[in-house]
Amino acid sequence: MYDYVTGKLDWLAAGLPSEGTNAERPRAGDVARSDVPTCQMDERLGDVRERVRAAGWEACVVVNEERVVLGLLRSKELEANPELRIEEAMRPGPSTFRPFVSVDEMATFMIEHDLESAPITTSDGRLVGLLKREDAARVALELRQAERTEPKDRGRP
Amino acid sequence: MPQEIDRDEVRRHLDRGAQLVEVLPANEYEEDHLPGAINLPLRRLEAEARDVLDRGRPVVVYCWDSA
Repeated sequence: MYDYVTGKLDWLAAGLPSEGTNAERPRAGDVARSDVPTCQMDERLGDVRERVRAAGWEACVVVNEERVVLGLLRSKELEANPELRIEEAMRPGPSTFRPFVSVDEMATFMIEHDLESAPITTSDGRLVGLLKREDAARVALELRQAERTEPKDRGRP
Repeated sequence: MPQEIDRDEVRRHLDRGAQLVEVLPANEYEEDHLPGAINLPLRRLEAEARDVLDRGRPVVVYCWDSA
């Protein structure tokens, strides 16, 4: 017999698939945008800003070579002096969230804490994507509307 | 005493046909479980393992975390 000591939390935090009622509901990892621009700490802010905006974004995640999240540039940070290096301009060590957290929970948290966006990472800090508040709120609302219109009794006599 | 393994080893054992058992209560199992896992809550494990599990295949048990 073998004991998977770190258990279900470790499995889910790694973004691996699961089964069950929660698996049928959208989670942070499902809605996060994996195409979020990324940059490295030694780049010039002006160059990164240009690249980010050309891609239609107002946020950029700072990562290392292994895609581990080191910082975040939101609209406010992107407006700083373009000659700054990313390391100087970024918001270091942002709060990150695991892919298995429900979108409903994320939407509520992001609204309560006024977060425009939140990096979603695996348990070892690697970027899965950036969850935008508007996406989380929209999906959470769609889910609630769908649950309200579902028939309450299914096949009961 | 079961041998402790990590996530990569779990996947290797599963590829080789191991049985996966979640020992948490049923309601927690229903919310989320590893693909293919069966539920045998800890208090029933000893009594029911013999009937439910295949002795010819290795068994991997797991809980929520290491706490």
